[in-house]
Amino acid sequence: MIPAQFEYTAPTTVDEAVSALAQGGEEAKVLAGGQSLMPLLRLRLAYPELLVDLNRVAELRGVRDEGDSLVIGAMTTHHTVVRDPLVNQHCALIALATATVADPAVRHRGTFGGSLAHADPAGDLPAVTVALDAEMIATGPNGQRTIPAGEFFADYLTSTLQPGEILVGVRVPKLAGWGFHYEKFNRVAQAWAVVGVAAAVRRANGNIAEARVGLTNMGATPVRARAVESAVQGTQAAPAALHEAASQAAEGTHPPSDLHGQADYRRHLAQVLTGRALAAAARV
Amino acid sequence: MPRISVKVDGVTYDDDVEPRLLLVHYLRDWLGKVGTPIGCDTTNCGACTVLMDGSSVKSCSVLAVQADGSEVTTIEGLAADGQMHPMQKSFHEEHALQCGYCTPGMILAATDLLRDNPNPSDDEIRDGLEGNLCRCTGYQNIVRAVRRAAAEMTESAAATDPKEARV
Amino acid sequence: MTEQAQATPGAAKEIGARRARKEDARLITGQTRWTDSIQVPGLLQMAVLRSPMAHARITRIDVSPALDRPGVLAAFSGRDFADEQGSLPCAWPVTEDMAQPPNPPLAVDEVRYAGDAVAVVVARDRYSAADALEAIEIDYEPLPPVLDLEEALADGAPLVHSDLGTNKCYDFHMPAGDYQAARDRAQAEGGIVMKRRYLQQRLQPSAMEPRAVVVEPIAAAGEFTLYSATQIPHILRLLLAMTTGVPEHKIRVVAPDVGGGFGSKLNLYAEESIALLVARRLGRPVKWTESRSENYQATIHGRGQIQDIEVAATREGRLLGLKVSLVADMGAYLQLITPGVPLLGAFMYPGIYKMDAYDFSCTGVFTTKTPTDAYRGAGRPEATYAIERAMDDLAQELGIDPIELRRQNWIRHEEFPFDTIAGLTYDSGNYEAATDEALRLFGYEELRREQAERRDRGDPVQLGIGISIYTEMCGIAPSRVLGSLSFGGGGWEYASVRMLPTGKVEVVTGASPHGQGHDTTFSQIVADALGVPFDDVELIHGDTKSSHKGLDTYGSRSLAVGGIAITQACGRVIEKARKVAAHLLEAADTDIEFSGGTFRVRGAPESAKTIQEVVLATHLAHDMPEGVEPSLDADATFDPENFSFPHGSHLVAAEVDTQTGFTKIRSYVAVDDCGRVINPLVVEGQVVGGIAQGLAQALYEEATYDADGNLTSGTLADYLVPAAPDVPEITMARTETPATTNPLGVKGIGEAGTIGSTPAVVNAIVDALRHLGVDDVDMPCTPERVWRAIQESSAASA
Repeated sequence: MIPAQFEYTAPTTVDEAVSALAQGGEEAKVLAGGQSLMPLLRLRLAYPELLVDLNRVAELRGVRDEGDSLVIGAMTTHHTVVRDPLVNQHCALIALATATVADPAVRHRGTFGGSLAHADPAGDLPAVTVALDAEMIATGPNGQRTIPAGEFFADYLTSTLQPGEILVGVRVPKLAGWGFHYEKFNRVAQAWAVVGVAAAVRRANGNIAEARVGLTNMGATPVRARAVESAVQGTQAAPAALHEAASQAAEGTHPPSDLHGQADYRRHLAQVLTGRALAAAARV
Repeated sequence: MPRISVKVDGVTYDDDVEPRLLLVHYLRDWLGKVGTPIGCDTTNCGACTVLMDGSSVKSCSVLAVQADGSEVTTIEGLAADGQMHPMQKSFHEEHALQCGYCTPGMILAATDLLRDNPNPSDDEIRDGLEGNLCRCTGYQNIVRAVRRAAAEMTESAAATDPKEARV
Repeated sequence: MTEQAQATPGAAKEIGARRARKEDARLITGQTRWTDSIQVPGLLQMAVLRSPMAHARITRIDVSPALDRPGVLAAFSGRDFADEQGSLPCAWPVTEDMAQPPNPPLAVDEVRYAGDAVAVVVARDRYSAADALEAIEIDYEPLPPVLDLEEALADGAPLVHSDLGTNKCYDFHMPAGDYQAARDRAQAEGGIVMKRRYLQQRLQPSAMEPRAVVVEPIAAAGEFTLYSATQIPHILRLLLAMTTGVPEHKIRVVAPDVGGGFGSKLNLYAEESIALLVARRLGRPVKWTESRSENYQATIHGRGQIQDIEVAATREGRLLGLKVSLVADMGAYLQLITPGVPLLGAFMYPGIYKMDAYDFSCTGVFTTKTPTDAYRGAGRPEATYAIERAMDDLAQELGIDPIELRRQNWIRHEEFPFDTIAGLTYDSGNYEAATDEALRLFGYEELRREQAERRDRGDPVQLGIGISIYTEMCGIAPSRVLGSLSFGGGGWEYASVRMLPTGKVEVVTGASPHGQGHDTTFSQIVADALGVPFDDVELIHGDTKSSHKGLDTYGSRSLAVGGIAITQACGRVIEKARKVAAHLLEAADTDIEFSGGTFRVRGAPESAKTIQEVVLATHLAHDMPEGVEPSLDADATFDPENFSFPHGSHLVAAEVDTQTGFTKIRSYVAVDDCGRVINPLVVEGQVVGGIAQGLAQALYEEATYDADGNLTSGTLADYLVPAAPDVPEITMARTETPATTNPLGVKGIGEAGTIGSTPAVVNAIVDALRHLGVDDVDMPCTPERVWRAIQESSAASA
């Protein structure tokens, strides 16, 4: 299959990219890693008139230490994120989840910011950013702004980025002394998650002091399992207690029914997988 | 139309291309590099895998314009100095191919895997090749071939100056 | 040469050797010739517009706007070819009154599945062609889709082909013995009559190379060369001649490198036909290349059956009778052997078992879906699935170990040749040997113990053991049998062995490989037969100009039929060479021995000529014996007296996570018997690859349609072909029970793995869950289906 015609520009700075996008107007689209966009173009499910390719914007690549947090450049590839020492030291959940995204060749091209801006609730990274209370840094014609991850995902394949805005980076708080796990459930290795669970757990004195849980593919947007988080807080760091708390994982979710799973099955899976993710994150 | 300059299997090509031209079509239809086939529309099958600046990519999901200034290695350029790459040899010796359509992508993905992890376990090999589908072999002999190539490459790297070892 | 070697003429040096394949060199270096890679002067690109609707009337179609697009040379709708495009052929009228509606390459008035071709554009390049498709104007008046097999047969159902007045394609019935009596006996004697319904989902064959065709015309001469990603260049030429009106001798068909087929490239497809018609009309070469999305809509699907099974048995577990009632999905049209696929299974439902009566019936049904046709195993996987599932279910019903139940009923090795209830004669087999070896490698007793322990402790991960002991009929031939089944073709195969002056050998075969390794295995056969080095043999195939006749590759027939033709041709070469050698050595023909490539005078071993010397002598022809013509080559065709019947015993241990429904194959043991093995490396490759495909049917793959009849598994993102992490390591072993119906003792092995594996995997899953009340899970056994089966059983028992 072959994409329809489009214009193309490859700016080398964020400023250039923002103005190119502004000039392109509504029919312009940002091209990041392209691993989701290229299939859409080839299947002619998308007809942009202009692609603004961010691959040559060097300032968008790499991970920066900002003291209490890391900033991951939007165009940092999955391959780089998985191996990045700062990410592994301070936000290992991101490395764990990114390692499950697609396959090695796709991870060479696909980018952290691209996956988030695509806002696919079946993608693995949106739930992780939601669980970690990350902040999205967007730059547009009106300058830069920060959007909490919980407010970034508006709907299926829709973010709250304004027209003309580009996701330039993601600020992730450092979590010292936490345990992490990403539990991905898919039918074959290549498939999207039927359900995924991103869990971060801080233990103290044999109990769970604090936990964060994000759910993949349990609604039109990634979901924070708040009921589980409060239920698990202060409980014993033992499998039974964690699985008990996990039974609330599906609360308030509206999972889709599709080829890969009906909603009730997804609700059930969310509970089972959340228990497993918590146990793995708590190392019990 | 944008002008691009791409080095493919050691030869530099300069061309004016439509922005939408896929790298794989540039290789096949423009350069005659037909050793790289196409198997799907959705980045799933990996048949079109090539190395771009040393890293495996699916050339159906990269635009030719994006390859401007890059160095691309296809299956046709993997053999060096008339010597087949150890991965090519081990695919042959372990009967890791039948129809051969997935083979170029599979071999390139496997060389990339060993670059990252020179001594992978069987599970790591399987995981590392998850982006490349094969309908004929059931993968078993592919895993063996990668294991064998890894052993040979580690051996030959140990026998020569490690800095010069080809991976 | 030692005395011993002389004493054993034809000693196998190559046959049985683990030869790495000679065809690999080009495939691992990219020096390949896939059809899409072929360039010819003046080549144009064709693209096909397909119906987005499952069923609709075409009320208006206007291709002219496409002509205004840049680079476009022509655009045609079905109406432009209505008079010359004919109907794509079906070669298997399984009953006299089978409904055979027209199958126009381009739909003219009505589309009958989403993906039905409606128009083509021809442009300078593939990008322009793709763009121009969007300019074609077409109005559809929707008609109701026909999706469910049983609803399609109900009175008042919407019709796929309204002219037929029904969606039924045919009813086929094959009774053998008195099933009713067997059933009555089972009931009278306190035995069992067990009914089951098993479902065979539709599958998308997914050869890695999508189809492609290039037609190069010499318009002035009315000649055409057609390159196609096909398994059947010879059959294709014949079919093209019959449907396009181009005389057969004016068509050359070439199958270049072909990237897998699995039955899906065993057809005359619309695009092959249309490309030829377009090339004829334009007088220009035309290429068409399928995308994967098109492949999933427009290349045949496999399976698609409802199987109602009834087994009558004594209380002790002796099989008395088997009744099989199928409803088989034809799809929208009949392709080459669409209606016959279930019949290839009809003979195999009794499997390896003895019984008194068998009753088979099948109803073919039209639906508004992609046509079905042969997919790896074609009918036999379905049959094996049903009987092997039923044997496990019966064992459960009777409280007998499933291995023991099979032992009790299978044909014992001393009973071969055995005439089965279905009317076949199995020439040879040894189910005991293969099964005993499989049980040993598997550790059956130990796994049963672990299974019991897990059940006792209520482990969330339960262990199941799946068994499948299959045989299958392959080596598709003999011509007279195919004729008796109303199949419109023969089943013989052709070979020619040509000795070149330097002693090298060219072997022409009518088989047409697409991954099987014919060049290697056939070279091994020839090397042993002629006593020449393996590397001195070159295979020629896949081109009707150089390999002028043959019946191509499908049904695991290339070795068991084509390999024998080669053996016979080699024998004829030797016989002629023996006369020449006798003449040169001044001895009588009858005194000449041939061994290891050398002719010797009996009792005077120093008096010898190598086959290379003899060849050169026949080429120079300076001194030929009286009445012997110069040069040395020979042809042969072989038509076997019977099918070949490989068999195997597959054992699977599956861990089923009862909380998520996820199945992990923990171990898989396959002991297969394909008679004498030419190349173990190639056989093992076929077995493990076949197992992966059968396992994929059990666990992952399904063609799905929405309520409007749209294919929802239309890309590789939704049709789950397993990757390396999804397929387990297979432990393989072999027993060798030679076929008695061909001189090499070989049996086919191309489909066996696929046939054996599917029931083994599903049986393992069901076995893991039986104690929870689960007795069936539909394929593919997705985690969700497994989980639901557990939920429903626990709800039912609560």
